[in-house]
Amino acid sequence: MKIGLFIPCYMNELYPEASMATLKILENLGLDVEYPTEQTCCGQPMANTGCAHEADELARRFLKIFKDYDYVVAPSGSCVAMVRNNYAQFLDGEEGFEHLKTHTYEIVEFLHDVIKPKSMNAKFPYKVGIHNSCHGHREIGMASMSERNLPEFSKVKSMLSLVEGIEFVTLKRKDECCGFGGTFCVSEDAMSAAMGLDRVNDHVNAGAQIVTGVDMSCLMHMQGVIDREKLPIKTMHIAEILAGDL
Amino acid sequence: MGHPEAAEKFIANDERMHWHDKALWFVREKRDLAAHGIPEWEELRRVAKQIKTHVMSKLDVYLEEFEENAKEKGIHVHWAKDAKEHNEIVLKLLLNRGAKKLVKSKSMLTEECHLNPYLEENGIDVVDTDLGERIVQLREEAPSHIVLPAIHLKKEDVGTTFEHFLKTEKGNSDPTYLTRSARVHLRKKFLNADASLTGVNFGIAETGGIVVCTNEGNADLGASLAKLHIASMGIEKIIPKIKDLAVFTRLLSRSATGQPITSYTSHFHAPVEGGEMHIIIVDNGRSKILGSQDFKQSLNCIRCGACLNTCPIYRRSGGHSYGYTIPGPIGSTLGPSKDLSANKTLPFACTLCASCSNVCPIKIDLHHQLYKYRQHVVNAGLLATKKHTILKVAAWVMKHPSLLDFGGKIARKIVPIMPRSILYSSANIWGKKRELPKFPKNSFKELYKQHKEGKK
Ligand code: SF4
Repeated sequence: MKIGLFIPCYMNELYPEASMATLKILENLGLDVEYPTEQTCCGQPMANTGCAHEADELARRFLKIFKDYDYVVAPSGSCVAMVRNNYAQFLDGEEGFEHLKTHTYEIVEFLHDVIKPKSMNAKFPYKVGIHNSCHGHREIGMASMSERNLPEFSKVKSMLSLVEGIEFVTLKRKDECCGFGGTFCVSEDAMSAAMGLDRVNDHVNAGAQIVTGVDMSCLMHMQGVIDREKLPIKTMHIAEILAGDL
Repeated sequence: MGHPEAAEKFIANDERMHWHDKALWFVREKRDLAAHGIPEWEELRRVAKQIKTHVMSKLDVYLEEFEENAKEKGIHVHWAKDAKEHNEIVLKLLLNRGAKKLVKSKSMLTEECHLNPYLEENGIDVVDTDLGERIVQLREEAPSHIVLPAIHLKKEDVGTTFEHFLKTEKGNSDPTYLTRSARVHLRKKFLNADASLTGVNFGIAETGGIVVCTNEGNADLGASLAKLHIASMGIEKIIPKIKDLAVFTRLLSRSATGQPITSYTSHFHAPVEGGEMHIIIVDNGRSKILGSQDFKQSLNCIRCGACLNTCPIYRRSGGHSYGYTIPGPIGSTLGPSKDLSANKTLPFACTLCASCSNVCPIKIDLHHQLYKYRQHVVNAGLLATKKHTILKVAAWVMKHPSLLDFGGKIARKIVPIMPRSILYSSANIWGKKRELPKFPKNSFKELYKQHKEGKK
């Protein structure tokens, strides 16, 4: 099984540790992983802003780079949602797209659905609040949504439960949006920041020491609010917890 | 003013913004309890969507069936292609019977048609009889929510409004007292009305009758007392059979307020004795939406308001920030369908969190519609030039990995040593309320290369 690792463009530049943690998780499981170095961006920021032409070009580029891997794995629910749910507009009918679409996974989802490890060899003795990033949560179905009347589950929580010493806090609003929203964070910056602060406060009030999730962009936004407001809490990408780096 | 500016204003009053957010979240939680209380919830949603999709595919047939059956029951049926025609028909019906005083129950369609100002200009005394609607009417405001029209107001605001218009006691904002005062005030209006106008929740093709759902019974009182009853109905309100109705009434009130059923579910299937009943079937842009693959599902809406209550942006910006008759996610797709240029910021007043599509009792693909409308905004050249240019440049860079690597390297060197005054200048919109992330020494790609070297 050959895995192509996709690291979202901004994570490559700004979050090398979380990205390395993702690589480490896969390598520690003895998997054959490769990071094709010509990769950049999946085109999500353009697509979500309505720039279909630009998104189309980047989608084609993505397909070309990743189509020959058995699986593509990324530490980002929203980039995976882009490939799975929004690429069709640009790539339907293209050779290799069907395979790409059905074999691109978010890292936690990949572990949970495909590899199914029984243990993670990681310790994390902290109180953790799970931020259910919307795209991972509602677009690719990482956990049951509060809106629906369906059986409860959470792939995120299941995987984190394999980590020794971890404790979960209960939030007032378990799957409300943090307000990052891609270019929304600057086009509606007042709203975005207000939503971010509300979300962080929910975690603080629930007694969390760490906020974790599957999308670094949401965490970056919340960390920005935390640092500005000097709140007693930190964000951390889920891969860093699962990799057992601490 | 676009949505971002209006939202910023609303947010500036932190206490009120949070009060509004909590009030609507409370309604959302009540809805959750109700929706999770019946095991067949998701099945109901699925069936409701099927029925609506079916109706929309044969709308012409069902509308004609509806008209025929309504006429047989002695109900007059009128067709209006737009708001202007609708308003003119209403006025003509009133004038023909010498009616000067009209009582209305809630109807978002007449809001959409701006009926009230038109009738008032023509000498008609129009009174909205839904309590929330009456409050905003007295204040000369638009409803800020499609089910809870005065949700932006606190009881103290209502107190001062009533003090002024209904001469209630100064400083008394006790909800029971205020509601009783409104009752007395409205009772007089009902008794003296020459005509009543209601909206329509469902028009049943099989019977030719209409169903109106209210919690206050004001539609019934109005329509039963006055001899002239006019009902305004959008073409999309049709359902095929009476047996389909239960699917929708079960979904509607649970989604709207968490009630198992509205207090009044009134069936109007004939004029009152010695009276006249008229139904005006209104298009006003709906058939255009019906013809569009991407947006036609928006016609399936039953106006429950659940997508507004769940929307984290609606809750924190209030209904008026949308600048369109119908706010929230559903308004953000209907608005651009009506006038793309005037409503161009609405599809972007959204993080694509998808809560709306999943709360919607008819499973309307709301967030996909907003995603799609963004492309229409760009294609029509309506995206701010600066934003468009930035994204074009970004996309170009993303096609040149070595350039991106180079840019990233420079940024990681320079940003950490830049003085705060420059880094957080007014150009840094992110930094107005948030800190920037700490820039690391190396990119992942650099670390990956070292890692590979080390392995060899
Ligand atoms: S779009 Fe759906 S959730 Fe929103 S008001 Fe209409 S029916 Fe209700």
